[in-house]
Amino acid sequence: MEPRMPKCYKKESKPSSFCPGCGHSLTLKNLGFVMDEMKIADSTVFATDIGCSLLAWDFFDVDTVQAHHGRVTAMAAGLKRALPKSVVLAYMGDGGGYAIGLHHLIGAARRNDPITVILVNNTLYAMTGGQMAPTTFKGENTSSSPEGAFADEEPLLGPEFLRPVCHKEAFLARTSVDNPFELKKYLKEAIETQKKGNFSFVEVLSYCPVNWKTDARGTMDFMDHLKEIYKIGVIE
Amino acid sequence: MFSHAEGKIELLTGNEIVVRAALAAGANAFFGYPITPTTEILQGWAQEAKDNKGLIYLQTEDEPAAGFGLLGAALGGKKAWTTTAGAGHLLMQDAVVVAEAMRIPFVAYIGQRGGPSTGTVIYSQQELSIARDGGNGEGFRMVLGPSNLQELYELMIKSFDIAWRYRLPVFVLGDGYLSKMTGEVELKKSATTCPAKPIVQNGKKVVNLRNCYSLEDEIATVIKEELKDFGKIAKEIEMSEALNCSDAEVVVFAWGTVGSAAREAVRKLRKEGKKVGLFRPITLKPFGATRAKQAVRKAHSILIAESAFGKFGRLVTESLFGLEGLKVERLYKPAEGILSEEIEDRLRGMLDGA
Ligand SMILES: Cc1ncc(C[n+]2csc(CCOP(=O)(O)OP(=O)(O)O)c2C)c(N)n1
Ligand code: SF4
Repeated sequence: MEPRMPKCYKKESKPSSFCPGCGHSLTLKNLGFVMDEMKIADSTVFATDIGCSLLAWDFFDVDTVQAHHGRVTAMAAGLKRALPKSVVLAYMGDGGGYAIGLHHLIGAARRNDPITVILVNNTLYAMTGGQMAPTTFKGENTSSSPEGAFADEEPLLGPEFLRPVCHKEAFLARTSVDNPFELKKYLKEAIETQKKGNFSFVEVLSYCPVNWKTDARGTMDFMDHLKEIYKIGVIE
Repeated sequence: MFSHAEGKIELLTGNEIVVRAALAAGANAFFGYPITPTTEILQGWAQEAKDNKGLIYLQTEDEPAAGFGLLGAALGGKKAWTTTAGAGHLLMQDAVVVAEAMRIPFVAYIGQRGGPSTGTVIYSQQELSIARDGGNGEGFRMVLGPSNLQELYELMIKSFDIAWRYRLPVFVLGDGYLSKMTGEVELKKSATTCPAKPIVQNGKKVVNLRNCYSLEDEIATVIKEELKDFGKIAKEIEMSEALNCSDAEVVVFAWGTVGSAAREAVRKLRKEGKKVGLFRPITLKPFGATRAKQAVRKAHSILIAESAFGKFGRLVTESLFGLEGLKVERLYKPAEGILSEEIEDRLRGMLDGA
């Protein structure tokens, strides 16, 4: 059986500051197990964006740095150039990655920067109180698209959007926090891809019960709905 | 102040000098986005990096990417730097505040151009305020203002030393004239600057760095510590030129390229026996207020000359606050060059008028 907590957790920072039921914690927990299993905790630099991802600044006993909203990909590009032997992880939300920082993602993808981007997609700007994001689906009720008003665009499909500008050996995938087995598998594959010198990107469909205003059942249903919009799997 | 013995003299442009100085200082990573009048620096580094695999080079998608790439490389222990100007300088402030917050060495050469907005690609001294204080914090950065090509070379080297010794951002605030002009410069055979060490992956202990706090008193405590530290560092690095000030009745205050014009004017008038002096801060941050006050001990008037509308002037008058009876005249020419003759004429008028 799997241990309850990854070895690379920073114990002093637990319980973490994420809300109960948050998908970030689940993503990070599985990332922690992956770092343990791959024995890379010492050779990894974990870089967070601004968004709820910032709460992870002391989540792991792993070198961790923080950028500005959207800029973590650019910082990761510099980290990897300076530390080619280290594993560089850029951790961000969908607002950071697909709105303010989209061109940094495109830049890193086109250059085939050997970094791993982990993007948590909860369909909204969670940290600032649940506003509409590029991932908000048509008619979604957010604090800046009340009752679905203004949410009239198709959501951005990040990995599918990036695929055409990526190197053929780049790894792009989408998974969800309710499937830890697949989440870990993709995270591992992404890090292996980075080690082979290529860009890798994992979008994680993630819970935000606080801004979704959902109870446990509602959160599951919301996730099921998301999976109808966002295709799970490796994006070829 | 600087010793440049053992050097070899070459004819170079300011932008070429910036690249040479960075190399002499041991710089090994550059991230940038083209903008006139500094583009030749990016091109110059590309030329160097083409044949030297030890040099990191990235032309990024924009200035924030250059700044954040620089931060990443510096965290990884590279002497990383960038260059920009004008609207690019504005965007670069995004990364500079992270360097302040997380104490990351950051070196940028700025070739000031005319503003506001896209303005001109030529020249100004209008970027002084954003270089000194363009962030959303307390401005924990150093700003050096070279007045000629030799000083540009020396200060560029020094900027890497300061950035790594104290772990903070340093701007070398040049301008379009300085970038584009050609002149002789004495290059060092070698320069010793503070070595760069990895901040993350340092082989000793795990590092968790943040720029975001949840509580007021948490951040206030950090700021207080930084202010104390900054004051100490300021004392160690403050530099200025006081020329003929000890008996000067009129002192001209100028910095950078205008400082050179002012120096020429002062030298000329001194030859005629006129009691004029020059005070020229070399570090615009920290600004040497005590030395500025000393420079005007015997003066009845000062002239502030700058290619901006009072950005430098406000610094000067603030630092001289409390000196009664001192007359202040201003020669403000935003985004336009100032000739030594113009300064000379104004000084003559001030001497006559006394
Ligand atoms: C330059 C800048 N603009 C705006 C903000 C305010 N802000 C903080 S977090 C955030 C959105 C975060 O959303 P997302 O990236 O989706 O991450 P999440 O919180 O959902 O995990 C915004 C807009 C900021 N910190 N910086
Ligand atoms: S607001 Fe949402 S994303 Fe942020 S910590 Fe809470 S549940 Fe998680």
